[in-house]
Amino acid sequence: MKSIALIIRREIGAYLRSPLGYVVIAVLLLIDGLLFNARAMGSDTKRLSAEVLANFFEYSSGISVTAALFLSMRLLAEERQTGTLTLLFGSPVRDYQIVLGKFIASLLFLALMLLLTAYMPMLIMVHGKITRGQIIAGYLGLLLIGAMALSIGLFASALTKSQLIAILGGAGITVCLVVCWMLSTVTDRPFSEIFAWLAMWSKHFPPFMRGTINSQDVVYYLSMTYFFLFSTTRVLESRRWSS
Amino acid sequence: MIEVEDLTKYYGGKRAISGLTFRIEKGEIVGFLGLNGAGKTTTLRILACLILPSSGRLRVDGLDGAAHAHEIRSRLGFLPDTPPLYDEMTVRDYLRFVAELKGVAAKDVTRRVSEALDTCNLNQTADQLIGTLSHGYRQRAGLAQALVHKPSLLILDEPTGGLDPVQIVEMRELIKRLGGEHTVLLSSHNLSEISHTCDRLLVINEGRVAADGTEESISQGAGGGARVVEITVEGAAPGGGALGERAAQLIGKVPGVLTARVKSSADGRAELEVEASDDRRAAIAKAIVESGIGLVRLERKALELESIFQRLVAPGPGPSSRRAA
Repeated sequence: MKSIALIIRREIGAYLRSPLGYVVIAVLLLIDGLLFNARAMGSDTKRLSAEVLANFFEYSSGISVTAALFLSMRLLAEERQTGTLTLLFGSPVRDYQIVLGKFIASLLFLALMLLLTAYMPMLIMVHGKITRGQIIAGYLGLLLIGAMALSIGLFASALTKSQLIAILGGAGITVCLVVCWMLSTVTDRPFSEIFAWLAMWSKHFPPFMRGTINSQDVVYYLSMTYFFLFSTTRVLESRRWSS
Repeated sequence: MIEVEDLTKYYGGKRAISGLTFRIEKGEIVGFLGLNGAGKTTTLRILACLILPSSGRLRVDGLDGAAHAHEIRSRLGFLPDTPPLYDEMTVRDYLRFVAELKGVAAKDVTRRVSEALDTCNLNQTADQLIGTLSHGYRQRAGLAQALVHKPSLLILDEPTGGLDPVQIVEMRELIKRLGGEHTVLLSSHNLSEISHTCDRLLVINEGRVAADGTEESISQGAGGGARVVEITVEGAAPGGGALGERAAQLIGKVPGVLTARVKSSADGRAELEVEASDDRRAAIAKAIVESGIGLVRLERKALELESIFQRLVAPGPGPSSRRAA
């Protein structure tokens, strides 16, 4: 447990001391803001504030996933590249502790970014009527989908030395999972149900953005996150003993 | 302290090391010598419990390398050929991180870190970002990282890589000071450094142990050592005759000398090579000086380590036997 806390501290220190974290947050906040302004707030037709808020969460989910992929690409690939993974492997620290430590650190940093988007729902609140429940549900959804994307990115980062390939791999897996919903429309049962369940966004995210927290959706994101973290641990293990 | 039996490692189909067997006692400073690609790094990584051998056994401090890897890792410090440094941290913060990572108790961390900084002469740069340090300081920070938790075993892969001559001497002195208290294993292909620093040498060639022993025993095994001495004399031969031959005759009479031959002579000086059954340099010097011949130079055959090394690591048949590291 101490080792996990140690790794979390170091990793957050690394995010705070290198430009990557700040650049990612800045750029994505900018894009989120622009989308919000252009589409959510700026449309001509009269709309319910709840709808606008739902729109905000919709765009922000894409931003959250993108941020997660950029934040996680360096987690293991960079350590392999600079040789510091040898330090971790040569210490009495277990593989799952390394993976968990890095995951939690990146999740905290992502949560920081999500916190900084809070000004947008607050803008809606100025003249609109929205419930706290919808805001909480929406942010929970953003955190969950972001966590899943972080675990995918971490997994991809474990597979390669190159951060570029890591992010391409992570993006590839993410896109496949998102696109599963298309597969579900062209297949029959039971596959259509399986693909529909697997799809990262289509079935599982909209409830959050409308203010509903369904346990099946929470289970989906948590179990997928667990799956990728587990796989990352196995990959690390195999790397350790082969080279 | 370390027992290795029949260690073999394959990377895919390629055999990196094969059948290595040796023992290392507590407090020894042992040098692993070999060409690039000979298997030194692989061997050291296996000893550091970073990779598993394909077959063979390793015991460190009585613990089995495969079953108790975690335990062993907390007792050893490893410096890879690229020091595992985090550029965005300061030296002090980095060492604190490593100390805690290796399990140093919270109350001891500050003390251990300042000890490591002292031992490696890093006090001036302790609060500088690692990314801004020059190569020599980076190597020292790497060494500090290996020492900070006071391990009983230190494994250093090419610790003097890329250092300038002054820094090499500093590193060498540092390592010598560490021996005795720590068991130190280091690898190099820098012959003179290794002969000055290490008590014992293990020559690895093409994945196998080519020689194991002190420099003296290895060089004797290959036909050198203090038994073979090069001499330069000058002056006039007492009693007339050629200087070289006269000196050779004289030396040949010294008990223990097997052969004395003249290698060259010119300008009133002669070069001789003398082979004895053991180290007879003092007796030979006395004989020459007492006879009135001028003794200019007397030393054991120079660069033995290089020539032994070259003999021991002569490449196998064909270019395909030289593999990349």
